[in-house]
Amino acid sequence: MSLAAPTPKTVLRISLSRDDLLMRVGLVALVGVLLLIVALPLWALLAKGFEDRDGRYVGLANYISYFSTPALFNSALNSFHVAAVCTVIVVPMSFLYAYALTRTVLPGKWLFQGISLIPIFAPSLLPGLALVYLFGNQGFFKGLIGGSIYGFDGIVIAQVFYCFPHATMIMVTALATADARLYEAADALGASKIRVFFTVTLPGAKYGLISAALVVFTLVITDFGIAKVIGGNFNVLATDVYKQVIGQQNFSMGAVVGMVLLAPAALAFLVDRLVQRKQVALLTARAVPLIPKPKFGRDLFFTAFCTLVSAGILAILGMAAWGSLIKYWPYNLSLTLANYEFANFDANGWESYFNSLRMAAGTAIIGTALMFVGAWLNEKTRGFGVIRGIVQLLAFLPMAVPGIVLGLGYIFFFNAPNNPLNFLYATIGILVINTVAHFYTVGHLTATTALKQIHPEFESVSASLKVPIWKTFGRVTAPICLPAILDIAIYLFVNAMTTVSSVIFLYAPDTKLASVAAVNIEEAGTTAAAAALCLVIVITSAAVKALHLLADRFLLGRLQAWRRR
Amino acid sequence: MTNYLEVRDLSKRFGDFTALGNVSLDVTEGEFVCFLGPSGCGKTTLLRAIAGLDPQTSGTIRQKGRDVSALPPAQRDFGIVFQSYALFPNLTVADNVGYGLVSRRQARGAIAKRVEELLAMVGLPDSGPKYPAQLSGGQQQRVALARALATSPGLLLLDEPLSALDARVRLRLRHEIKALQRRLGVTTIMVTHDQEEALTMADRIVVMNHGAIEQVGSPQEIYRRPATAFVADFVGSMNFLAGTLETSERVKIGGLVFACPMQDGLVVGTKVRLSIRPEDVRVRDLPADVANRVPVEVAELDFVGAFCRASLKVRTDGDVALVADFSSNLIRDLGVDIGSRLDVALPPDRVRVYAA
Repeated sequence: MSLAAPTPKTVLRISLSRDDLLMRVGLVALVGVLLLIVALPLWALLAKGFEDRDGRYVGLANYISYFSTPALFNSALNSFHVAAVCTVIVVPMSFLYAYALTRTVLPGKWLFQGISLIPIFAPSLLPGLALVYLFGNQGFFKGLIGGSIYGFDGIVIAQVFYCFPHATMIMVTALATADARLYEAADALGASKIRVFFTVTLPGAKYGLISAALVVFTLVITDFGIAKVIGGNFNVLATDVYKQVIGQQNFSMGAVVGMVLLAPAALAFLVDRLVQRKQVALLTARAVPLIPKPKFGRDLFFTAFCTLVSAGILAILGMAAWGSLIKYWPYNLSLTLANYEFANFDANGWESYFNSLRMAAGTAIIGTALMFVGAWLNEKTRGFGVIRGIVQLLAFLPMAVPGIVLGLGYIFFFNAPNNPLNFLYATIGILVINTVAHFYTVGHLTATTALKQIHPEFESVSASLKVPIWKTFGRVTAPICLPAILDIAIYLFVNAMTTVSSVIFLYAPDTKLASVAAVNIEEAGTTAAAAALCLVIVITSAAVKALHLLADRFLLGRLQAWRRR
Repeated sequence: MTNYLEVRDLSKRFGDFTALGNVSLDVTEGEFVCFLGPSGCGKTTLLRAIAGLDPQTSGTIRQKGRDVSALPPAQRDFGIVFQSYALFPNLTVADNVGYGLVSRRQARGAIAKRVEELLAMVGLPDSGPKYPAQLSGGQQQRVALARALATSPGLLLLDEPLSALDARVRLRLRHEIKALQRRLGVTTIMVTHDQEEALTMADRIVVMNHGAIEQVGSPQEIYRRPATAFVADFVGSMNFLAGTLETSERVKIGGLVFACPMQDGLVVGTKVRLSIRPEDVRVRDLPADVANRVPVEVAELDFVGAFCRASLKVRTDGDVALVADFSSNLIRDLGVDIGSRLDVALPPDRVRVYAA
């Protein structure tokens, strides 16, 4: 037996078992679904940008007219300006807050952590509404600020509120993985506190900082709700898409603005992926967790800082809540529940809220099933590399696409008269499909991570025992991943409740969602009722999250006794 | 006896890298075969190809006369145990063991009885209702073994089953697995990098290196008559002395000439390596005309417990050194210490010669 290269023989082709066949059919079906709900709508959007109003191909004419119309091109500059300023404010702020949560002895840490998450449960227009109450034309503190809150300043303040939890969660993760041994070594070598910070702490959080910066930048540039409410005459890309499509019915120009909006979001996403790939190696090292020791001066400073930030978050939420309960701002400050009688402000009344609940529940159920089964198929199918690569690509694509862009693509694709799926248009079904597609990436990633953490040979074992793979999925894989499955479901529910951007183009009169109704009500000038509707959304998503935490603690503890030793 | 498993010209390539190069091997029914070799030698690749988990690039595998080369794992007949147990953590021990039985649509009572039987067989009669996380590593591996044997497979594949366990547990489980295998008579292939494990458990050992088989033989053959310098070096300890083959029965090393068994495979005049195991170096009662007598000085003496490992320098040629195992008795009787001068002999029938 030698190592000499053997004469090439016919390469063996392994025959497929029933499991293999089943999984491959499943994967092909998944590719089909993802093409339908992600790729083709985007393709339709891309194509639309090259057509004139009557659908004739006009080449780059729309793009040329876009870049030569200062009013339009200015919004792109505005978007970048706002996003850059917000990033510069939010990243250091979230770093300090996360540092306080992970590296100092903070009294009531869980409370501060909880408060920092509040904005996630709110539609993005909520901070805009609160600012209108505080600093608007009839605002409480209008005198405190020189000019008008409508415009650049208002957008920045509201975006800081809206982006803060996302950046803080990333920073907490980055700072929580510190290796105590590094600090001990630095101490032993006599390094000063400042030097330790710049040589150990900051490099350790480097990837987290980059990631947080990119996330904030993308969130700001793609968000629609805040700019809509408090932007005034300050135009940004997301509101331009809306104006072109809803206001001027110029779909082609809407598509062009959408593509311009897609570029920075996609770029930020790509950079983030590259950075995160590097981060993996950093985390695999066996680290000794760092447990902060009390230190009076530092702890006092960070307690004060966190109190200030939390007070700001609570003030904005509280202002929206109070505003929603006031009879006639600012002339009659007596309290009332009249603003919650939504029928007086919007034809749908409370029905839009129930639509939101139905849509969120549908998204959570259908989305979780699709994302988890899809991730499972992609992880566990033997061979079939090309198709698995395509699934991976399609699953990552939505993350790079702003909601308003995806929503616009949906109009072009599903509303096309020759599309056999156009019966879905203007149903609650299309809202569910769109929301599943919009938030596909995070669910897919969560499921994939969970699946990678379980033993890779379970499928080998069941094959050797002649147990079909789907049986092992039901009896072993899915039960083990139950916490991750719940995480995905809650994530989808909360996002479906609060999203505005991707569904704003897709609702019909009888399928209007609460978040969209809030935008409409605000547009009609009734800030109080819009705030009330936002608050109902906040309470609902926060309650669902609280239920999730309780279930995690008690129900799962009982169901998953096997985790205990 | 008939060949239960026939592997012919099996190759596995990953791009330019050859993980297995044209490997052929026969396994007899009821035999316990160990694949032994350093990490990356291809032993696990060969095992997984036999299971169909990572199919070969080319070559055939016949199991019990049936060509299984292209069959997916589910259509082959084997049970498998992994180093990391791979027990289903959310199922009880009994459910784990019965996992393969349930899908065979047997009566519930029959399954329960079989599970009980299997658990008793691996020495865990009362652990059925427990979860895997409540068991020690050794116990978990027994459960994995019971699960693999539950469906009475014709072939049992063990992928480094003892490597994750403590030394003591490993020793005990070694004997238990071997005894169980003998009792059931199931053809077994075990992958290991631990030579002691292979020597004590296997009926036959397949020593592998760089994706090829170096030698196949009984533990005694492998240890006593290593076919290649690699095997000689990998299994047990071995002295290697570089020299030249003077005649077909004599090797010249420095100023010394050693008698060796007849070498037909090697060309006279070429560079060779003469090898002998430390425990084969003779010290006591050397006859006057003993072959391969060497005058040495003890340079170092390492206490290993039951014996001492002595580093010896040849007095007539300071460049030649060898290692010998001296028993405690010998050291006491002859008063051996560092600096002692004595004569040792390398018995020609214990000497082996390899091409350099």
